[in-house]
Amino acid sequence: MMDTYGIMRAFADSWFLIAMFAFFIGAALFAFRPGSNKVHKDIANIPFRHEDKPAGDRD
Amino acid sequence: MWDYLKLVIFALITVLAAIAASYARDVAYQVHAILVVLIAAGLFVYTLRGVGSEKVVETGYMDGPIRVGAALTAFWGVVGFLVGTFIAFQLAFPDLNFAWAEGYLNFGRLRPLHTSAVIFAFGGTALITSSFYVVQRTSGARLWGGNLAWFVFWGYQIVILLAATGYLLGATHGKEYAEPEWYTDLWLTIVWVAYLLVFLGTLMKRKEPHIYVANWFFLSFIVTVAMLHVVNNLAVPVSIFGSKSVQLFAGVQDAMTQWWYGHNAVGFFLTAGFLGMMYYFVPKQAERPVFSYKLSIIHFWALIFLYIWAGPHHLHYTALPDWASTLGMVFSIVLWMPSWGGMINGLMTLSGAWDKLRTDPVIRMMVVSIGFYGMSTFEGPMMSIRAVNSLSHYTDWTIGHVHSGALGWNGMITFGMLYFLVPKLWNRAGLYSLKLVSWHFWLATIGIVLYAASMWVTGIMEGLMWREVDAQGFLVNSFADTVAAKFPMYVVRGLGGVLFLGGALIMCYNLWMTVKRAPAAEAAGDAAAAPAE
Repeated sequence: MMDTYGIMRAFADSWFLIAMFAFFIGAALFAFRPGSNKVHKDIANIPFRHEDKPAGDRD
Repeated sequence: MWDYLKLVIFALITVLAAIAASYARDVAYQVHAILVVLIAAGLFVYTLRGVGSEKVVETGYMDGPIRVGAALTAFWGVVGFLVGTFIAFQLAFPDLNFAWAEGYLNFGRLRPLHTSAVIFAFGGTALITSSFYVVQRTSGARLWGGNLAWFVFWGYQIVILLAATGYLLGATHGKEYAEPEWYTDLWLTIVWVAYLLVFLGTLMKRKEPHIYVANWFFLSFIVTVAMLHVVNNLAVPVSIFGSKSVQLFAGVQDAMTQWWYGHNAVGFFLTAGFLGMMYYFVPKQAERPVFSYKLSIIHFWALIFLYIWAGPHHLHYTALPDWASTLGMVFSIVLWMPSWGGMINGLMTLSGAWDKLRTDPVIRMMVVSIGFYGMSTFEGPMMSIRAVNSLSHYTDWTIGHVHSGALGWNGMITFGMLYFLVPKLWNRAGLYSLKLVSWHFWLATIGIVLYAASMWVTGIMEGLMWREVDAQGFLVNSFADTVAAKFPMYVVRGLGGVLFLGGALIMCYNLWMTVKRAPAAEAAGDAAAAPAE
């Protein structure tokens, strides 16, 4: 039992910590990828479309 | 076919609940079983009357649950504030713990009723309502799952009903913010999975290529609350016919699980979910897109990665190992950064439209709410520092901190949301009276200021009194001395609650008159919606 704890603890303190940190940095850097400005501008304006009815509804 | 299946299910539930009621081992369980009988029997009759009627294919957005949700949010808000104000006066004037109602309406029973009423009834209904509204508008798609959305909505109201009646009758886990007993927990789990399905299904059939950031926050709120709820409430019922259950964890593991849950209830229920509201309703009310979409992405990921570790700061100087409480403290302090990033993002959305603050009391409400978000997310990390915590813990400072977050941030952004939603949902040109919104704004703001200021004073005072020692090293004050010294501040706090409650009542009147009296919007959208009952 203690050994399971020891193994998981060592893994959490090393590789999993690195993996989470890398994911976070990756997600942050991805936001600044080239060409993201145009995409983000488009997404930021989503609340101003489809106010009254779903996209593609005719009536 | 589905109708017949539903009839069988409702009939079975009615019979089983009736059996459970007759075998019940305690009053709370019996009352709950009878409530379930009544609800299931009522649904049986309702379904029976509708068998064979034509099913209309619904188009457009599904706004039914949202309309009821907006009304119930306002209702639960008033209930929660009223109970809160009453127990504030119970603390100031203990005679209000009436002898005839001992065991039902004393502070110990009403306090969880108050916290759950504001967090889960007022806040939870506001979250379900606004997430259903926002996910449809930002996906350009009708809610997925048809009547499943109604199931989620009413299912959650049943959770509130069982929890609230349970507290008064003594059915409680004794876990803060997770008091409901095992069967209520199981029912909430079912409802929550359905909620996740409705939300994910709607996102899945979205017409926009991207998922707007508000939905990320809502989704993280739904997923994380599911995980927190299931782990923290692991318990074995003593009897299937009784409301008592025994926790699976014991000792410090139980304490750590509880505060891992408790702090993330703040982080993901009261922060992530409400940030979802902020990222939709503030841009809508300001009529301009969010200040920086990139910042909102960083805000999201940083908040998700940091909040989950902050729980141990509730357990400084306990049996919890030092490394764990240090970890919690460090992550709480780092959390200050994304919180303020989000605050700046919300406030700067108004850049170029600051003049709206003068003319639009609704946007003023939202801005003050974001201001309180910033203030309480500064105060919180500071209080999590071990040295500060040694003064602040167990004092009223904590209560003040929680209320500047809950009344200021959650309350004000929800009021802003309701003022935005009600005219839209009932197809009105605008609110009945902006002047009344201003009244609400000032009453609520002054109420919070009275509340927070009096709790700072009394909290720091009692913290200092508890640790005061004389020249020989003996403690100077008894506990009763601090209680006596706090009396004036308790009265001020109660008055703050009265002001806040008064503001909420004005809001209810204003929203009611908006639905009844305000002129209809001329937009050719859906024809005048049915007024609420």
